[in-house]
Amino acid sequence: MIYADNAATTRISDSVLKQMLVFLQEQYGNASSQHSLGVKTKRAIERARRQVATAIGAEPSEIVFTSGGSEGNSWVLSSVNDGHVITSSIEHHSVLNTCRSLECKGIDVTYLPVDSKGRVSLDSVEKAFRSDTKLVSIMLANNEIGTIQPIAEIGECLRQRGILFHSDAVQAVGHIPVVVNDLGVDLLTASSHKFHGPKGTGILYKRHGVSLPPLIFGGQQESGVRPGTQNVAGIVATGYAIEESITNMAAMTAKLSALAQATTDGIRARLPGAVINGDEDNRLPGIVNVSFNGVTGESLMHWLDLKGICVSTSSACTSANDEPSHVLMALGLTEQQARSAIRISYGRYNNIDEVETIVATLSNAYDKILSAKI
Amino acid sequence: MSDIIYLDHAATTPIDKEVLDAMMPFLTDQFGSASTLYSIGRKASEAVEEARERVAALIGAHSDEVFFTSGGTESDSWAVNGVVSAKAKKGSHVITSKIEHHAILEPVHLLEKQGGTATILEVDSDGLVNIDELKDAITDQTVLVTIMHANNEIGTIQPVGQIGRITRERRIHFHTDTVQTVGHIPVDVNVIGCDSLALSAHKLYGPKGVGAMYIRKGARIDRFMRGGGQENNRRAGTHNVAGIVGLGKAAELAQVRMAEESVATTKLRDMLIAGIESRIKDIRLNGDRVNRLPNNVNFSFDGIEGESMILLMDMNGICVSSGSACTSGSLDPSHVLMALGLKHEQAHGSLRMTLGNDNTPEQIEKVLDTLPGIVERLREMSPLYNQ
Repeated sequence: MIYADNAATTRISDSVLKQMLVFLQEQYGNASSQHSLGVKTKRAIERARRQVATAIGAEPSEIVFTSGGSEGNSWVLSSVNDGHVITSSIEHHSVLNTCRSLECKGIDVTYLPVDSKGRVSLDSVEKAFRSDTKLVSIMLANNEIGTIQPIAEIGECLRQRGILFHSDAVQAVGHIPVVVNDLGVDLLTASSHKFHGPKGTGILYKRHGVSLPPLIFGGQQESGVRPGTQNVAGIVATGYAIEESITNMAAMTAKLSALAQATTDGIRARLPGAVINGDEDNRLPGIVNVSFNGVTGESLMHWLDLKGICVSTSSACTSANDEPSHVLMALGLTEQQARSAIRISYGRYNNIDEVETIVATLSNAYDKILSAKI
Repeated sequence: MSDIIYLDHAATTPIDKEVLDAMMPFLTDQFGSASTLYSIGRKASEAVEEARERVAALIGAHSDEVFFTSGGTESDSWAVNGVVSAKAKKGSHVITSKIEHHAILEPVHLLEKQGGTATILEVDSDGLVNIDELKDAITDQTVLVTIMHANNEIGTIQPVGQIGRITRERRIHFHTDTVQTVGHIPVDVNVIGCDSLALSAHKLYGPKGVGAMYIRKGARIDRFMRGGGQENNRRAGTHNVAGIVGLGKAAELAQVRMAEESVATTKLRDMLIAGIESRIKDIRLNGDRVNRLPNNVNFSFDGIEGESMILLMDMNGICVSSGSACTSGSLDPSHVLMALGLKHEQAHGSLRMTLGNDNTPEQIEKVLDTLPGIVERLREMSPLYNQ
């Protein structure tokens, strides 16, 4: 099998799994327990918190462990009680759907447009400001097309105005440098399974002094802001996974960019009608999103699946949904173009031979599907 | 590791080897996201659906009434918030008890701050809710009754079936926190008559970080986390496939083993209770002697601190707790023990020992040989103990 859907989820790294297994086996204590089994797991969680903090340039006490990216995004957005929120039209559904629920409660939401490459402009953010703007939430990098937003510029502008700034960095953390102070964010979400950690664990960075009412209520865990018995194994794995990703980042960026470039070049050479979506000069290293003429992405995806290649049509979270991608539509694609897109996303375990197989299979699939239709 | 005697199963349980074996493929080769449509993703989603059926089977529900969450606390928070917001038009009165888990009490207190009202029922000295008081508390504004199946600190089992009959008659949503009971004593949503319940995998030999919520078909409860369309659009987020599979396996094992295990655990429990009562004086068994979880032992020891007992027991290789793990960071005495009418000192002097399927009679003997000496030593040093 060739797995080229690393933007959906990644395989847990072997060395991370090894650390995790200790806490799925003998070290099973509840981190809130006072006996030695509990103390050991508590220490392991605090080590993971330091690892995460170091990785994103935060203080350990600013790191809250959650059940994943959707929880973090949903938590931050749903905390707004009144006024106005600014976000973009290509955010993840955990942001957008929470914004829709805010609108039902009478809160105004501005969904900023993006240009044809998926970029939000600082100018449009500034124009959207209102005196009652409570929160701006812009993703760091898009999950479907990989476009990286000018978060640092927006952050600087917001800091001057004292407006709370959140960034969904689920696709970015572990893949490109993310330093909270450089970005100027107050809140930032990340998810472990996107950087070779396990599913079911996420991170919320919450700058000191930022008040965020809990989403989940209960005991005293995570300083009382995120109660619930801690997922020790998941948290420990998150710490090691983020550390490993940061250590390998430079080499991985070079490798993934080369794979993406080879894919783009190969597709252009063999399939002249194909269009690369997103910002080729300013995107996550391993993501290639491409639209084709006259076929649906779904048919291509299934064809590739039969040949043992995993790619996706858009984001995994909406792949059971019939709507064309809201991200691609926001770039100005036609519905047909949006429905024809596939996303190829490379990761640590891919290699250049796989790229050749993918491009060859894809071009073959395209020809076959097109001729079958005619 | 094998030297440790672990008597804190109400806080968390070790993962059963069969459960971990079931999880392993999903932590390694089968790493696909359950929302993707290609083969590795479909395998993950099939595994999630199989787990859903197993959980449903354990609690007598339909699989489309089971929703996976990150744990018991999330499920409880969801229940309170979700029911109250879905029924805002009818009213905002909630009935609960003084000894609920904080995952229930905290959102109820928040509701009160936001203009809702709550009746927080007293319990008797054994921790039982009074059914007549519950009935009397119901008004036409009542939208939710939430009473736990069994208490995590003292093990008292509430008459949830009776409550379910009342709430059904009055057409009020009944939520029950079954985190301590699912997998340990029979839990059947139709016998209880609940409209929703919360459960957690790591209390029944499954992994931490995964739980479930049962929501009866037709029950109105708002979505909690929004995002992708996962969990039938009611709880967003990439599925924790390995964790969910672990919960499913744990549910399957519990269904097979529960009857036998609860007999064995009850024997150990009674041996421990009888042993402590015959060897140590000036003590109080907290919780109901009869309506009690098979694995729960909770005593107050006059004149000493639970915390000191925990440390000394720990030095002897025995893991116990003073109350719930979730509040161990707090210096306040247990709200559960205080609700039974205990004095501050008695509440602080409590020790909870909760048994599991890895405990043996030999271990209980060792505990009974160790504990009296510790109590005696601490009482000798205690200014509070004068006998």
